[in-house]
Amino acid sequence: MKQLVILSGKGGTGKTSVAAALAHLASQEMPIVLADADVDAANLELVLNPTKLEEHVFMGGQVAIIDPDLCQLCGRCYDVCRFEAILPGEDTYWVDSLACEGCASCVYQCPEEAIHVEEQQAGLWFRSDTRFGPLFHAHLFAAQENSGKLVTLVKQQGRLLALDEGRELLIVDGPPGIGCPVISANAGADLALLVTEPTVSGVHDLKRILGTVNHFQVPALVLINKADVNPAHTAGIEAFCRAQGIALVGKLPYDTVVTEAMVHGQPVTAYRPDGPMGRALREMWAQLRQRLNGAW
Amino acid sequence: MIIAVASGKGGTGKTTVATSLALSLAADGTGLLFLDCDVEEPNAALFLKPRLDHREEVGILIPEVDFDWCTYCGRCAEVCVWHAIAVVGRKVLVFPELCHGCGSCTLNCPEGAIHEVLHVMGSLESGQAGPIAFGHGILNVGEAMAVPIIRQLKAKHMADADHGVTILDASPGTSCPVVETMRGADFVLLVTEPTPFGLHDLRLTVQVARDELGLPVGVVVNRDGVGDAGVDEYCAAKGIPILMRIPLDRRIAQAISGGKTLVEALPEYRPHFLELYKRIAREVASWKEVR
Repeated sequence: MKQLVILSGKGGTGKTSVAAALAHLASQEMPIVLADADVDAANLELVLNPTKLEEHVFMGGQVAIIDPDLCQLCGRCYDVCRFEAILPGEDTYWVDSLACEGCASCVYQCPEEAIHVEEQQAGLWFRSDTRFGPLFHAHLFAAQENSGKLVTLVKQQGRLLALDEGRELLIVDGPPGIGCPVISANAGADLALLVTEPTVSGVHDLKRILGTVNHFQVPALVLINKADVNPAHTAGIEAFCRAQGIALVGKLPYDTVVTEAMVHGQPVTAYRPDGPMGRALREMWAQLRQRLNGAW
Repeated sequence: MIIAVASGKGGTGKTTVATSLALSLAADGTGLLFLDCDVEEPNAALFLKPRLDHREEVGILIPEVDFDWCTYCGRCAEVCVWHAIAVVGRKVLVFPELCHGCGSCTLNCPEGAIHEVLHVMGSLESGQAGPIAFGHGILNVGEAMAVPIIRQLKAKHMADADHGVTILDASPGTSCPVVETMRGADFVLLVTEPTPFGLHDLRLTVQVARDELGLPVGVVVNRDGVGDAGVDEYCAAKGIPILMRIPLDRRIAQAISGGKTLVEALPEYRPHFLELYKRIAREVASWKEVR
């Protein structure tokens, strides 16, 4: 079983559209599992129309709670909190639960023992069926922490099912950025497909996400989306990949058919298989499949 | 006036809108502070091209044990909810990547044997971009926590001076880095595209900004004309004002790909951004009245 993660650094380069197309193409050749690791803005389900089979509660971090009957307004909690999560009130201090990191520092310092911490439900995760294979996905509740922990959970569930059922490929649709949820999505991957675009931001962010996957020793492949928007930057990315010894597995055109497919709730390779975009994605999958075979 | 620019979905044009709003207001004589709070992928400097003349390393304070005083009692490990400090026989191990810098181990050590040292996670840089005071944070590659960098970026620049207008460019997503960016803002400007992905993530971001943080919000529809009517219908149903529309235009995509801002490439947009600001100011005023 191989694990492929799709990342980009910059948001909106087309990770999810590429993931949906890969799910469609790969599932025609082998049994696969899908994991949507962008848990604070999970979009893969919008193009895969999953049927939910299981729903589970995700318990995130803990939050401090002050008992107003016991609080003597000494302000010790306010002094020790480094997250600006304790706010003074008239009769009691109170906790801004969005700012609280649940470190419990205030719990130990309160002379009245008026503070305790409670675990919070931070989201839900699901096992679903799609026409391309099982999908593990999640909804982190608005403004919650611990997205890295939820990403790990979704991915781990996908991996376990793939191993149990002898499925050959786990496709992980990653979040943007390079921080905590990205590091979690990338962990344990055999290959990282970095989707970039030929813009100053795309190039800048490609270098940072490449540094991140290198740091964690996952081999990277590059796909340039919207390649014809700026041929000079596309050539620059190609030269950069050659210099770094990173395989470029494809170039996709700038094409609003991707959005049309999204509106119709379909991967672009299923919506318009024979257009330029569909063809480019199939060629990319052939390249990717070879690389994955090499990793097998 | 503090305006946070956010989106949920990535690549909808947050930085495009934030930089062009800043340039239009600054050219009109408004004092302006611009902070790029997307510390994982800070891109605004590529467009505003500030002269960065100040740089400092930032991070969190992590424990360092003084073994002359440590009795290996294990109290530090007991109070650490992150398991970032462990006592194994006659050794105390600190795991900086797990530490959140809360200081609880230091406060709880009965021997006073722990002091704190800076664990560098990134840097802050600042300078002028013409009339605009500019600052951004950069998370080091391989580091996980963006929030401490955002917190320090905001604290450094927003503590004292009144800048007229402060624009905060947020990262994509809806979790802690975005919340940290929006905290303390007067208004959250949500940049979206009229597609199912754009709408789905817009809904989530409205939940964060309006429902959780209690801030007034307004929408900029970018790449207007692509996709479907979902965003318009949603905004109408929820009473969220659409403050500006930027049409789908390959010229804009090309200019931005080369590092130009929207108002540099197409100066006819300047008055639209000034109008956008006026509408934001009206929204903030009426929100305060309602409150």
